[in-house]
Amino acid sequence: MTEQFDFTSTERAVSPQREPVFGEDVRADAKRIVERYPEARSALLPMLHLVQSEQGHVSSEGIDFCAEQLALSAAEVSAVATFYTMYKRKPCGQHIVSVCTNTLCAALGGDEIYKGLSEHLGVGHDETAGTPGEEGSLTLEHAECLAACDHAPVLQVDYEYYDKQSPESALELVKSLQRGEKPAPTRGAGLTDFRTAERQLAGFFDRPGARLSESVDGPSAAPETLRGAHQAQHSGWTAPAMPDEAPIPPLPEKE
Amino acid sequence: MTDADSRPDPLTPVLTKRWLSPNSWHIDTYEQLEGYTALRKALAAQPDQLVELVKTAGLRGRGGAGFPAGVKWSFMPKEPAKPHYLVINADEGEPGTCKDIPLMMADPHSLIEGCVIASYAMRANKCMIYVRGEALHCIRRLNAAVEEAYARGYLGRDILGSGFDCDIVVHAGAGAYICGEETALLDSLEGKRGQPRLKPPFPAQAGLYACPTTVNNVETIATVPFIVNGGSDWFRRMGREKSPGPKIFSLSGHVERPGQYEAPLGTTLRELLELAGGMKDGIPLKFWTPGGSSTPLFTAEHLDVPLDFEGAAEAGSMLGTTALMIFNETVSVPWAVMKWTQFYEHESCGKCTPCREGTFWLAQVLERMVDGRGTEQDIDTLLDVCDNVFGRSFCALGDGAVSPITSGIKYFREEFLALCQQNRPGAEPGEPALAGAAR
Repeated sequence: MTEQFDFTSTERAVSPQREPVFGEDVRADAKRIVERYPEARSALLPMLHLVQSEQGHVSSEGIDFCAEQLALSAAEVSAVATFYTMYKRKPCGQHIVSVCTNTLCAALGGDEIYKGLSEHLGVGHDETAGTPGEEGSLTLEHAECLAACDHAPVLQVDYEYYDKQSPESALELVKSLQRGEKPAPTRGAGLTDFRTAERQLAGFFDRPGARLSESVDGPSAAPETLRGAHQAQHSGWTAPAMPDEAPIPPLPEKE
Repeated sequence: MTDADSRPDPLTPVLTKRWLSPNSWHIDTYEQLEGYTALRKALAAQPDQLVELVKTAGLRGRGGAGFPAGVKWSFMPKEPAKPHYLVINADEGEPGTCKDIPLMMADPHSLIEGCVIASYAMRANKCMIYVRGEALHCIRRLNAAVEEAYARGYLGRDILGSGFDCDIVVHAGAGAYICGEETALLDSLEGKRGQPRLKPPFPAQAGLYACPTTVNNVETIATVPFIVNGGSDWFRRMGREKSPGPKIFSLSGHVERPGQYEAPLGTTLRELLELAGGMKDGIPLKFWTPGGSSTPLFTAEHLDVPLDFEGAAEAGSMLGTTALMIFNETVSVPWAVMKWTQFYEHESCGKCTPCREGTFWLAQVLERMVDGRGTEQDIDTLLDVCDNVFGRSFCALGDGAVSPITSGIKYFREEFLALCQQNRPGAEPGEPALAGAAR
């Protein structure tokens, strides 16, 4: 471990003149992440979300920053950052639009939705329309199954769910995002932006509109979610009644 | 016990019942609806009694493999020489699977209560919930629920005066399907690339930070408080002998009313389809998955297969996550299989050669076939590559990747052949091969 840290320091010494990209506040946040875990390295995934929330992607400075905080080599952090789809290697737009094109969503229209958005925005997978970070700039990606198959076809904007989309509704949604509007997701909190979402993934809920108390509510019980429960209620079906006193079995005899 | 022999209702909402209450995710709602009563009861018992209870109830893991949860718990050492960990697998990503995310959104406290009970039973003082990064709203709800639980003394030091301490950390993943594999999840949680580990040692010996660890699925753990309150006999009144209890069946695709239906294990697709209003627009069923894309396909012949761990296996598939993706006659099987194969190609972690190479070759062959450039020999090539991936990969991803292909060819070989007809020597150029699905 020490050797790796030394290596990082040596590497740093080659270009020592750079202004620190991440301020004291980010450093303090990074420390708070480390404190959550019994072992520091567990903080790496949330910390990568944190640097991404600062810069809109995981830059080489972001990688160096994480390496320094966790006494890892930049290569070790890079190896992790490049493994996971959600860490973006190029600057992202104000919003990220993820269209599920896995089999089920695709069969119900997901491929058409993706194609329509791609044509409208003039970009392909993992590319950004507009100037990254500016209002109305959008990064498009096709996503793997987003675990909302009962609402298919789905897409996410900044990881908020927009259920039961059509090529037309998705295009309208993207156009309004480009105008700087923030249409409400079908389920989830009000839309913020990619960087705020990334900060929440790092475990921080401290920005206006993104405080835990403000953002925890919002709709989540879509008709599909409640379908079985509603149907049971209407039909008078229930699970068997629990006994008043259900015993917990005694300790098993030692063999 | 006469009463116990009677057949339960078609739907048995246990986990999903509270979802109907307004603001079901708030602790006040949860407490009004018997929330945290199971925890009090559990903390009054000995940890091993709870392990015994879960064993007797016959609760089987809801994450796909169906391993008996109580048995898994009993692998944990009795005397903690090192810290013990409970890790919750909330990395829901198996195509078709969409039960844990609504559960965590609607009723995060049931998971938290289950976590504390399970941690107590396994002598763990730290529990990590590894949530898929794309499930941002679940992460918010869980974080808020954890805060609420600390404030009411259900987490932290000396919980409810029992002397037991338990902390929960909500951890966001970063978009890698492989992290749903329990040892890859542990590596990811340690801040590494999510690649599976060689077993043994199993997590109960050397899991997170090489300490004794149990990894359980969300639905499994959220079921525990109900078993504590209702007892094992009550639990066993639903489901079948070897697969007891209620289960959330997630119906998606070409059905009239897709959604979450909690029914006893052993319910059939025919029964579930009836509840869901039948096939969409009356277009007949063609193929379906009993538990996600990694479970071999079923067809209309399998409508009466009892959907429990034994029933699905006897019929040649697996119960998986009870993610019932339903496709009608308009969908091309080779196309669907190609799409799933592209998914596995993308998600293969690259650690072992059969899966890394195999998924890439399989995807290329299927893409060629769907594009109308295949030959009959490609079918044999596919099966040959599948044979070299299945059972030879490091983890279950490889096995899952070949499931749609081998079962697709088994039941729909004609469709694969039809794609190749035009490429026979001397054949007339035919219709362009179907690429993609009709609506």
